[in-house]
Amino acid sequence: MSEKIVFNYVELELSVNRLCWQLIENHSDFSDTVLIGMQPRGYQLAQKIHSKLIELSPVSNISLGSLDITFFRDDFRRREAPISPNQTDIDFLVEGKKVVFIDDVLYTGRSIRAGMDAINSFGRPKQIELLVLIDRRFSRELPIEPNYVGMTVDAIDTEKVIVEWDKDLTHKARVSLIRE
Amino acid sequence: MAGLSVKHLVGIKELSKEDINLIFQTADNFKSVINRPIKKVPSLRDITIANLFFENSTRTRLSFELAEKRLSADIVNFSAASSSLKKGETLIDTVNNILAMKVDMVVMRHPNPGAAKFLSEHVDSRIVNAGDGSHEHPTQALLDSYSIREELGEVKDKKVVIVGDITHSRVALSNIFCLKKLGAEVMVCGPATLIPKYIDELGVKVEYDLRKALEWCDVANMLRVQFERMEVNYFPSIREYTMLYGLDGDFLHSLPNKIVVMHPGPINRGVEITSDVADSDQSIILEQVENGVAIRMAVIYLLAEKIKRES
Repeated sequence: MSEKIVFNYVELELSVNRLCWQLIENHSDFSDTVLIGMQPRGYQLAQKIHSKLIELSPVSNISLGSLDITFFRDDFRRREAPISPNQTDIDFLVEGKKVVFIDDVLYTGRSIRAGMDAINSFGRPKQIELLVLIDRRFSRELPIEPNYVGMTVDAIDTEKVIVEWDKDLTHKARVSLIRE
Repeated sequence: MAGLSVKHLVGIKELSKEDINLIFQTADNFKSVINRPIKKVPSLRDITIANLFFENSTRTRLSFELAEKRLSADIVNFSAASSSLKKGETLIDTVNNILAMKVDMVVMRHPNPGAAKFLSEHVDSRIVNAGDGSHEHPTQALLDSYSIREELGEVKDKKVVIVGDITHSRVALSNIFCLKKLGAEVMVCGPATLIPKYIDELGVKVEYDLRKALEWCDVANMLRVQFERMEVNYFPSIREYTMLYGLDGDFLHSLPNKIVVMHPGPINRGVEITSDVADSDQSIILEQVENGVAIRMAVIYLLAEKIKRES
Protein backbone atom coordinates (compact mmCIF):
# COMPACT_ATOMS: atom_id res chain seq x y z
CA MET A 1 0.00 0.00 0.00
CA SER A 2 1.37 3.42 -0.90
CA GLU A 3 0.17 6.85 0.10
CA LYS A 4 0.75 10.10 -1.74
CA ILE A 5 -0.29 13.49 -0.46
CA VAL A 6 -1.91 15.34 -3.34
CA PHE A 7 -2.96 18.49 -1.47
CA ASN A 8 -1.61 19.95 1.72
CA TYR A 9 -3.36 22.24 4.18
CA VAL A 10 -2.28 25.46 2.46
CA GLU A 11 -3.81 24.38 -0.82
CA LEU A 12 -6.89 23.09 1.00
CA GLU A 13 -7.44 26.37 2.74
CA LEU A 14 -7.02 28.32 -0.48
CA SER A 15 -9.59 26.10 -2.15
CA VAL A 16 -12.11 26.41 0.66
CA ASN A 17 -11.73 30.21 0.59
CA ARG A 18 -12.16 30.33 -3.18
CA LEU A 19 -15.27 28.14 -2.98
CA CYS A 20 -16.75 30.51 -0.40
CA TRP A 21 -16.15 33.56 -2.59
CA GLN A 22 -17.75 31.77 -5.54
CA LEU A 23 -20.79 30.99 -3.41
CA ILE A 24 -21.05 34.60 -2.27
CA GLU A 25 -20.76 35.75 -5.89
CA ASN A 26 -23.66 33.55 -6.97
CA HIS A 27 -25.92 33.71 -3.92
CA SER A 28 -25.23 37.22 -2.54
CA ASP A 29 -27.15 37.41 0.76
CA PHE A 30 -28.16 33.72 0.95
CA SER A 31 -31.75 34.67 1.74
CA ASP A 32 -33.05 32.11 -0.76
CA THR A 33 -30.22 29.63 -0.39
CA VAL A 34 -29.70 26.71 1.95
CA LEU A 35 -26.52 24.67 2.40
CA ILE A 36 -26.89 20.90 2.77
CA GLY A 37 -23.90 18.81 3.83
CA MET A 38 -23.94 15.18 2.76
CA GLN A 39 -23.38 12.94 5.78
CA PRO A 40 -20.91 12.10 7.11
CA ARG A 41 -17.86 13.85 5.62
CA GLY A 42 -19.62 16.35 3.40
CA TYR A 43 -21.25 17.76 6.51
CA GLN A 44 -17.85 18.47 8.07
CA LEU A 45 -16.91 20.42 4.96
CA ALA A 46 -20.28 22.18 4.98
CA GLN A 47 -19.74 23.31 8.58
CA LYS A 48 -16.36 24.77 7.64
CA ILE A 49 -17.78 26.54 4.61
CA HIS A 50 -20.71 27.79 6.66
CA SER A 51 -18.52 29.38 9.32
CA LYS A 52 -16.18 30.81 6.70
CA LEU A 53 -19.09 32.35 4.77
CA ILE A 54 -20.35 34.06 7.91
CA GLU A 55 -16.83 35.40 8.44
CA LEU A 56 -16.41 36.64 4.86
CA SER A 57 -19.86 38.00 4.06
CA PRO A 58 -21.98 40.55 5.93
CA VAL A 59 -24.76 37.96 6.31
CA SER A 60 -25.16 36.48 9.77
CA ASN A 61 -27.79 33.86 9.11
CA ILE A 62 -27.24 31.12 6.54
CA SER A 63 -29.30 27.93 6.77
CA LEU A 64 -27.25 24.75 7.11
CA GLY A 65 -28.52 21.19 7.30
CA SER A 66 -27.15 17.68 7.08
CA LEU A 67 -28.58 14.98 4.85
CA ASP A 68 -28.13 11.25 5.24
CA ILE A 69 -28.82 9.24 2.11
CA THR A 70 -28.56 5.67 3.45
CA PHE A 71 -32.23 4.80 2.87
CA PHE A 72 -32.15 6.29 -0.64
CA ARG A 73 -29.09 4.45 -1.93
CA ASP A 74 -29.41 2.29 -5.01
CA ASP A 75 -27.20 -0.53 -3.69
CA PHE A 76 -29.43 -1.77 -0.84
CA ARG A 77 -29.21 -5.59 -0.67
CA ARG A 78 -26.24 -5.52 -3.04
CA ARG A 79 -23.56 -4.72 -0.48
CA GLU A 80 -21.70 -7.23 1.64
CA ALA A 81 -21.85 -5.21 4.86
CA PRO A 82 -24.75 -2.97 5.82
CA ILE A 83 -24.15 0.77 6.11
CA SER A 84 -24.97 2.44 9.37
CA PRO A 85 -27.10 5.50 8.86
CA ASN A 86 -26.22 8.99 10.10
CA GLN A 87 -28.44 11.73 11.30
CA THR A 88 -30.40 13.93 8.96
CA ASP A 89 -30.89 17.35 10.48
CA ILE A 90 -32.87 19.76 8.35
CA ASP A 91 -35.06 22.00 10.48
CA PHE A 92 -36.31 24.15 7.60
CA LEU A 93 -38.33 23.51 4.45
CA VAL A 94 -36.44 23.56 1.16
CA GLU A 95 -39.59 24.30 -0.82
CA GLY A 96 -38.76 26.97 -3.41
CA LYS A 97 -35.19 27.41 -2.12
CA LYS A 98 -31.88 27.17 -3.91
CA VAL A 99 -30.10 24.18 -2.40
CA VAL A 100 -26.33 23.78 -2.45
CA PHE A 101 -25.23 20.19 -1.84
CA ILE A 102 -21.80 20.00 -0.26
CA ASP A 103 -19.70 16.84 -0.36
CA ASP A 104 -16.02 16.07 0.07
CA VAL A 105 -15.37 13.75 -2.87
CA LEU A 106 -17.43 13.32 -6.03
CA TYR A 107 -16.74 9.88 -7.44
CA THR A 108 -19.43 7.81 -9.20
CA GLY A 109 -22.18 10.38 -8.65
CA ARG A 110 -24.50 7.81 -7.06
CA SER A 111 -24.61 9.46 -3.63
CA ILE A 112 -25.60 12.74 -5.21
CA ARG A 113 -28.38 11.02 -7.14
CA ALA A 114 -29.62 9.53 -3.85
CA GLY A 115 -29.30 12.97 -2.25
CA MET A 116 -31.49 14.54 -4.93
CA ASP A 117 -34.06 11.86 -4.18
CA ALA A 118 -33.79 12.33 -0.41
CA ILE A 119 -34.03 16.11 -0.40
CA ASN A 120 -37.53 15.89 -1.92
CA SER A 121 -38.78 14.65 1.47
CA PHE A 122 -38.28 18.21 2.67
CA GLY A 123 -40.00 20.01 -0.20
CA ARG A 124 -39.34 20.81 -3.87
CA PRO A 125 -36.23 22.95 -4.22
CA LYS A 126 -36.14 25.68 -6.84
CA GLN A 127 -32.68 24.61 -7.87
CA ILE A 128 -29.95 22.25 -6.71
CA GLU A 129 -26.25 23.01 -7.09
CA LEU A 130 -23.33 20.81 -6.20
CA LEU A 131 -20.14 21.86 -4.45
CA VAL A 132 -17.35 19.33 -3.99
CA LEU A 133 -13.90 19.66 -2.58
CA ILE A 134 -12.43 16.91 -4.74
CA ASP A 135 -13.71 15.91 -8.17
CA ARG A 136 -12.50 12.49 -9.26
CA ARG A 137 -13.20 13.03 -12.92
CA PHE A 138 -13.34 10.10 -15.35
CA SER A 139 -15.01 7.90 -12.67
CA ARG A 140 -18.61 8.99 -13.10
CA GLU A 141 -21.33 6.36 -13.50
CA LEU A 142 -24.16 8.88 -13.77
CA PRO A 143 -24.51 12.16 -15.68
CA ILE A 144 -23.77 14.36 -12.65
CA GLU A 145 -21.31 17.27 -12.70
CA PRO A 146 -20.38 19.72 -9.94
CA ASN A 147 -21.00 23.47 -10.11
CA TYR A 148 -18.15 24.32 -7.74
CA VAL A 149 -14.94 22.27 -7.57
CA GLY A 150 -12.15 22.65 -5.04
CA MET A 151 -9.61 20.46 -6.78
CA THR A 152 -9.60 17.88 -9.52
CA VAL A 153 -7.90 14.55 -8.96
CA ASP A 154 -7.21 11.93 -11.56
CA ALA A 155 -7.27 8.54 -9.88
CA ILE A 156 -7.91 5.04 -11.11
CA ASP A 157 -10.56 2.73 -9.60
CA THR A 158 -8.17 0.84 -7.33
CA GLU A 159 -7.01 4.05 -5.70
CA LYS A 160 -8.75 5.78 -2.80
CA VAL A 161 -8.91 9.51 -2.24
CA ILE A 162 -8.93 10.33 1.46
CA VAL A 163 -9.71 13.77 2.81
CA GLU A 164 -8.47 14.27 6.35
CA TRP A 165 -9.57 17.23 8.42
CA ASP A 166 -8.97 18.37 11.86
CA LYS A 167 -11.31 20.76 13.54
CA ASP A 168 -9.72 24.07 12.61
CA LEU A 169 -8.09 23.20 9.30
CA THR A 170 -4.54 23.28 10.61
CA HIS A 171 -1.40 21.70 9.17
CA LYS A 172 -2.73 18.17 9.76
CA ALA A 173 -5.43 18.60 7.13
CA ARG A 174 -4.61 17.00 3.77
CA VAL A 175 -5.88 15.07 0.80
CA SER A 176 -4.08 11.86 -0.03
CA LEU A 177 -4.22 9.19 -2.67
CA ILE A 178 -3.92 5.64 -1.38
CA ARG A 179 -2.97 2.84 -3.72
CA GLU A 180 -3.51 -0.72 -2.49
CA MET B 1 -21.19 -2.23 10.80
CA ALA B 2 -22.41 -5.79 11.22
CA GLY B 3 -25.99 -6.68 10.41
CA LEU B 4 -28.44 -8.66 12.52
CA SER B 5 -27.24 -12.08 13.70
CA VAL B 6 -30.59 -13.69 12.81
CA LYS B 7 -32.43 -14.34 9.54
CA HIS B 8 -35.88 -14.22 11.10
CA LEU B 9 -37.40 -12.38 14.03
CA VAL B 10 -39.03 -15.26 15.84
CA GLY B 11 -38.47 -14.05 19.38
CA ILE B 12 -36.34 -11.81 21.55
CA LYS B 13 -34.79 -14.95 23.01
CA GLU B 14 -32.79 -15.49 19.79
CA LEU B 15 -31.51 -11.90 19.61
CA SER B 16 -28.24 -10.67 21.07
CA LYS B 17 -27.83 -7.42 22.95
CA GLU B 18 -25.97 -6.06 19.90
CA ASP B 19 -28.92 -6.95 17.66
CA ILE B 20 -31.30 -5.06 19.95
CA ASN B 21 -29.04 -2.01 20.02
CA LEU B 22 -28.68 -2.09 16.23
CA ILE B 23 -32.47 -2.17 15.89
CA PHE B 24 -32.74 0.81 18.28
CA GLN B 25 -30.13 2.84 16.39
CA THR B 26 -31.83 2.14 13.08
CA ALA B 27 -35.20 3.01 14.63
CA ASP B 28 -33.78 6.40 15.67
CA ASN B 29 -33.19 7.16 12.00
CA PHE B 30 -36.63 5.94 10.98
CA LYS B 31 -38.23 7.99 13.72
CA SER B 32 -36.78 11.09 12.10
CA VAL B 33 -38.03 9.84 8.71
CA ILE B 34 -41.63 9.51 9.95
CA ASN B 35 -41.56 13.04 11.30
CA ARG B 36 -40.63 14.57 7.93
CA PRO B 37 -43.10 16.25 5.58
CA ILE B 38 -42.76 13.20 3.30
CA LYS B 39 -42.63 10.15 5.54
CA LYS B 40 -41.33 7.62 3.09
CA VAL B 41 -38.05 6.14 1.91
CA PRO B 42 -37.56 3.98 -1.20
CA SER B 43 -35.32 1.28 0.35
CA LEU B 44 -37.64 -1.73 0.00
CA ARG B 45 -39.01 -0.92 -3.44
CA ASP B 46 -38.39 -4.42 -4.75
CA ILE B 47 -39.49 -6.36 -1.66
CA THR B 48 -42.92 -7.91 -1.24
CA ILE B 49 -44.24 -8.62 2.23
CA ALA B 50 -47.25 -10.74 3.20
CA ASN B 51 -49.04 -9.88 6.42
CA LEU B 52 -50.67 -13.06 7.64
CA PHE B 53 -52.93 -12.48 10.60
CA PHE B 54 -54.47 -15.72 11.81
CA GLU B 55 -55.66 -13.89 14.90
CA ASN B 56 -57.38 -10.53 15.23
CA SER B 57 -55.28 -7.44 15.60
CA THR B 58 -55.77 -3.76 14.98
CA ARG B 59 -52.78 -1.76 16.09
CA THR B 60 -50.03 -4.31 15.41
CA ARG B 61 -51.38 -4.92 11.96
CA LEU B 62 -51.79 -1.23 11.17
CA SER B 63 -48.36 -0.50 12.60
CA PHE B 64 -46.70 -3.20 10.46
CA GLU B 65 -48.62 -2.06 7.40
CA LEU B 66 -47.57 1.55 7.87
CA ALA B 67 -43.96 0.53 8.52
CA GLU B 68 -43.91 -1.51 5.31
CA LYS B 69 -45.54 1.24 3.27
CA ARG B 70 -43.12 3.85 4.58
CA LEU B 71 -40.26 1.65 3.42
CA SER B 72 -41.94 1.42 -0.02
CA ALA B 73 -42.47 -2.36 0.14
CA ASP B 74 -45.32 -3.99 -1.74
CA ILE B 75 -47.71 -5.67 0.63
CA VAL B 76 -50.44 -8.26 0.61
CA ASN B 77 -52.80 -8.76 3.52
CA PHE B 78 -54.46 -11.89 4.64
CA SER B 79 -56.71 -12.55 7.56
CA ALA B 80 -57.88 -15.85 8.95
CA ALA B 81 -61.53 -14.90 8.73
CA SER B 82 -61.46 -14.87 4.93
CA SER B 83 -58.94 -17.65 4.34
CA SER B 84 -58.82 -21.22 3.13
CA LEU B 85 -57.82 -22.32 6.62
CA LYS B 86 -61.52 -22.74 7.20
CA LYS B 87 -61.44 -25.21 4.32
CA GLY B 88 -58.84 -27.36 6.11
CA GLU B 89 -55.56 -26.21 4.54
CA THR B 90 -52.41 -26.59 6.69
CA LEU B 91 -50.26 -23.61 7.71
CA ILE B 92 -47.30 -24.69 5.58
CA ASP B 93 -49.51 -25.14 2.52
CA THR B 94 -51.13 -21.76 3.00
CA VAL B 95 -47.80 -20.01 3.37
CA ASN B 96 -46.10 -21.90 0.53
CA ASN B 97 -48.95 -20.93 -1.76
CA ILE B 98 -48.47 -17.32 -0.86
CA LEU B 99 -44.69 -17.59 -1.30
CA ALA B 100 -45.20 -19.13 -4.75
CA MET B 101 -46.48 -15.68 -5.72
CA LYS B 102 -42.92 -14.38 -5.06
CA VAL B 103 -43.22 -12.96 -1.58
CA ASP B 104 -39.93 -12.14 0.19
CA MET B 105 -41.01 -11.75 3.78
CA VAL B 106 -43.86 -12.92 5.97
CA VAL B 107 -45.20 -11.06 9.00
CA MET B 108 -47.34 -13.50 10.93
CA ARG B 109 -49.60 -13.49 13.94
CA HIS B 110 -50.91 -16.87 14.96
CA PRO B 111 -52.84 -18.20 17.99
CA ASN B 112 -50.47 -21.18 18.45
CA PRO B 113 -47.22 -20.69 20.39
CA GLY B 114 -44.26 -21.67 18.22
CA ALA B 115 -46.03 -21.07 14.91
CA ALA B 116 -43.43 -18.53 13.75
CA LYS B 117 -40.51 -20.80 14.66
CA PHE B 118 -42.17 -23.73 12.91
CA LEU B 119 -42.71 -21.67 9.79
CA SER B 120 -39.15 -20.32 9.80
CA GLU B 121 -37.88 -23.91 9.72
CA HIS B 122 -40.14 -25.10 6.93
CA VAL B 123 -40.55 -22.33 4.40
CA ASP B 124 -38.04 -20.40 2.36
CA SER B 125 -38.80 -16.85 3.45
CA ARG B 126 -37.98 -14.33 6.16
CA ILE B 127 -40.41 -14.58 9.06
CA VAL B 128 -41.32 -11.76 11.44
CA ASN B 129 -43.31 -12.90 14.42
CA ALA B 130 -46.14 -10.48 15.15
CA GLY B 131 -47.30 -12.55 18.14
CA ASP B 132 -47.64 -16.32 18.49
CA GLY B 133 -50.16 -17.37 21.12
CA SER B 134 -48.85 -16.86 24.63
CA HIS B 135 -45.21 -17.27 23.49
CA GLU B 136 -43.57 -14.09 22.14
CA HIS B 137 -44.38 -10.71 20.64
CA PRO B 138 -40.89 -9.45 19.85
CA THR B 139 -41.67 -6.14 18.15
CA GLN B 140 -43.87 -5.08 21.08
CA ALA B 141 -41.04 -5.78 23.55
CA LEU B 142 -38.58 -3.89 21.35
CA LEU B 143 -40.82 -0.85 21.13
CA ASP B 144 -41.47 -0.98 24.90
CA SER B 145 -37.75 -0.99 25.71
CA TYR B 146 -37.14 1.63 23.03
CA SER B 147 -39.78 3.85 24.64
CA ILE B 148 -38.15 3.40 28.06
CA ARG B 149 -34.77 4.30 26.54
CA GLU B 150 -36.31 7.39 24.98
CA GLU B 151 -38.07 8.46 28.19
CA LEU B 152 -35.35 7.65 30.74
CA GLY B 153 -32.18 7.82 28.63
CA GLU B 154 -31.29 4.16 28.95
CA VAL B 155 -32.74 0.80 29.95
CA LYS B 156 -29.77 -0.51 31.91
CA ASP B 157 -30.33 -0.63 35.69
CA LYS B 158 -33.89 0.68 35.39
CA LYS B 159 -36.49 -1.07 37.51
CA VAL B 160 -39.45 -2.26 35.47
CA VAL B 161 -42.52 -3.99 36.83
CA ILE B 162 -44.87 -5.88 34.54
CA VAL B 163 -48.32 -5.99 36.08
CA GLY B 164 -51.23 -8.28 35.29
CA ASP B 165 -51.81 -11.45 33.36
CA ILE B 166 -48.27 -12.82 33.05
CA THR B 167 -49.34 -16.40 32.27
CA HIS B 168 -51.19 -15.63 29.05
CA SER B 169 -49.09 -12.70 27.93
CA ARG B 170 -46.61 -12.94 25.07
CA VAL B 171 -45.87 -9.27 25.72
CA ALA B 172 -44.70 -10.14 29.24
CA LEU B 173 -42.38 -12.94 28.11
CA SER B 174 -40.80 -10.94 25.28
CA ASN B 175 -40.46 -7.93 27.58
CA ILE B 176 -38.70 -10.00 30.23
CA PHE B 177 -36.18 -11.31 27.67
CA CYS B 178 -35.60 -7.88 26.16
CA LEU B 179 -35.29 -5.96 29.43
CA LYS B 180 -32.98 -8.57 30.94
CA LYS B 181 -30.72 -8.51 27.87
CA LEU B 182 -30.48 -4.73 28.15
CA GLY B 183 -29.55 -4.93 31.84
CA ALA B 184 -32.80 -3.79 33.49
CA GLU B 185 -34.18 -5.20 36.74
CA VAL B 186 -37.53 -6.85 36.13
CA MET B 187 -40.37 -7.68 38.49
CA VAL B 188 -43.71 -9.27 37.70
CA CYS B 189 -46.81 -8.53 39.73
CA GLY B 190 -50.31 -9.96 39.58
CA PRO B 191 -52.69 -12.45 41.11
CA ALA B 192 -50.92 -15.72 42.00
CA THR B 193 -53.12 -17.57 39.52
CA LEU B 194 -51.84 -15.43 36.64
CA ILE B 195 -48.12 -15.74 37.46
CA PRO B 196 -46.41 -18.86 36.10
CA LYS B 197 -44.97 -21.15 38.76
CA TYR B 198 -41.30 -21.08 37.75
CA ILE B 199 -41.11 -17.53 36.39
CA ASP B 200 -38.23 -16.68 38.79
CA GLU B 201 -36.07 -19.04 36.70
CA LEU B 202 -35.99 -16.18 34.15
CA GLY B 203 -34.28 -13.98 36.72
CA VAL B 204 -37.27 -11.82 37.60
CA LYS B 205 -38.63 -10.84 41.00
CA VAL B 206 -42.19 -11.77 41.91
CA GLU B 207 -44.46 -9.54 43.97
CA TYR B 208 -48.14 -10.01 44.70
CA ASP B 209 -48.72 -6.61 46.30
CA LEU B 210 -49.17 -3.88 43.68
CA ARG B 211 -48.29 -1.02 46.05
CA LYS B 212 -44.95 -2.59 46.98
CA ALA B 213 -44.20 -3.24 43.32
CA LEU B 214 -45.01 0.31 42.23
CA GLU B 215 -43.02 1.85 45.08
CA TRP B 216 -40.00 -0.16 43.92
CA CYS B 217 -40.14 0.57 40.19
CA ASP B 218 -39.21 3.32 37.71
CA VAL B 219 -41.55 2.01 35.03
CA ALA B 220 -44.84 0.10 35.27
CA ASN B 221 -46.05 -1.82 32.24
CA MET B 222 -49.74 -2.51 32.87
CA LEU B 223 -50.87 -5.48 30.81
CA ARG B 224 -54.35 -6.18 29.59
CA VAL B 225 -56.22 -9.09 31.12
CA GLN B 226 -56.57 -11.56 28.26
CA PHE B 227 -60.06 -12.84 28.79
CA GLU B 228 -60.00 -14.55 25.39
CA ARG B 229 -57.21 -16.92 26.46
CA MET B 230 -58.79 -17.92 29.76
CA GLU B 231 -60.72 -21.15 29.83
CA VAL B 232 -61.39 -20.99 33.55
CA ASN B 233 -61.81 -18.12 36.00
CA TYR B 234 -58.41 -17.04 37.33
CA PHE B 235 -59.85 -14.47 39.71
CA PRO B 236 -63.28 -14.07 41.30
CA SER B 237 -64.43 -10.95 39.44
CA ILE B 238 -63.17 -8.08 37.29
CA ARG B 239 -64.11 -5.72 40.10
CA GLU B 240 -61.86 -7.59 42.53
CA TYR B 241 -59.01 -7.59 40.00
CA THR B 242 -59.37 -3.84 39.55
CA MET B 243 -59.40 -3.24 43.29
CA LEU B 244 -56.19 -5.25 43.81
CA TYR B 245 -54.26 -4.73 40.57
CA GLY B 246 -55.82 -1.70 38.90
CA LEU B 247 -54.04 1.67 38.87
CA ASP B 248 -56.04 4.86 39.33
CA GLY B 249 -55.04 8.51 39.59
CA ASP B 250 -55.09 8.66 43.41
CA PHE B 251 -52.91 5.55 43.64
CA LEU B 252 -50.46 6.96 41.07
CA HIS B 253 -50.13 10.30 42.87
CA SER B 254 -49.69 8.64 46.25
CA LEU B 255 -46.48 6.95 45.08
CA PRO B 256 -43.17 8.41 46.30
CA ASN B 257 -41.56 8.38 42.81
CA LYS B 258 -42.88 9.75 39.55
CA ILE B 259 -43.08 6.47 37.65
CA VAL B 260 -43.57 6.01 33.91
CA VAL B 261 -46.80 4.18 32.99
CA MET B 262 -46.94 1.97 29.89
CA HIS B 263 -49.63 -0.19 28.34
CA PRO B 264 -49.31 -2.34 25.20
CA GLY B 265 -52.98 -1.78 24.30
CA PRO B 266 -55.79 -2.27 23.77
CA ILE B 267 -56.68 -0.74 27.14
CA ASN B 268 -59.61 -1.98 29.17
CA ARG B 269 -60.20 1.48 30.64
CA GLY B 270 -61.23 1.12 34.25
CA VAL B 271 -59.83 -2.40 34.59
CA GLU B 272 -55.99 -2.27 34.50
CA ILE B 273 -55.76 1.51 34.51
CA THR B 274 -58.31 4.29 34.73
CA SER B 275 -58.72 7.00 32.11
CA ASP B 276 -57.00 9.67 34.19
CA VAL B 277 -53.88 7.47 34.42
CA ALA B 278 -53.94 6.53 30.73
CA ASP B 279 -54.21 10.20 29.75
CA SER B 280 -51.82 11.58 32.38
CA ASP B 281 -48.41 13.09 31.64
CA GLN B 282 -46.76 10.05 33.24
CA SER B 283 -48.25 7.76 30.62
CA ILE B 284 -46.25 7.12 27.43
CA ILE B 285 -48.90 4.94 25.79
CA LEU B 286 -49.17 7.03 22.61
CA GLU B 287 -45.38 7.37 22.35
CA GLN B 288 -45.26 3.57 22.41
CA VAL B 289 -47.59 3.49 19.41
CA GLU B 290 -45.50 6.04 17.49
CA ASN B 291 -42.29 4.19 18.31
CA GLY B 292 -43.92 0.95 17.15
CA VAL B 293 -43.83 2.10 13.54
CA ALA B 294 -40.16 3.15 13.75
CA ILE B 295 -39.17 -0.14 15.44
CA ARG B 296 -41.03 -2.23 12.86
CA MET B 297 -39.43 -0.25 10.03
CA ALA B 298 -36.02 -0.96 11.56
CA VAL B 299 -36.71 -4.69 11.96
CA ILE B 300 -38.03 -5.10 8.43
CA TYR B 301 -35.24 -2.98 6.94
CA LEU B 302 -32.50 -4.92 8.74
CA LEU B 303 -33.99 -8.32 7.82
CA ALA B 304 -34.56 -7.27 4.20
CA GLU B 305 -30.94 -6.22 3.98
CA LYS B 306 -30.01 -9.87 4.41
CA ILE B 307 -32.05 -10.97 1.40
CA LYS B 308 -29.27 -10.56 -1.12
CA ARG B 309 -30.35 -9.61 -4.56
CA GLU B 310 -29.75 -12.28 -7.16
CA SER B 311 -27.64 -10.90 -9.93
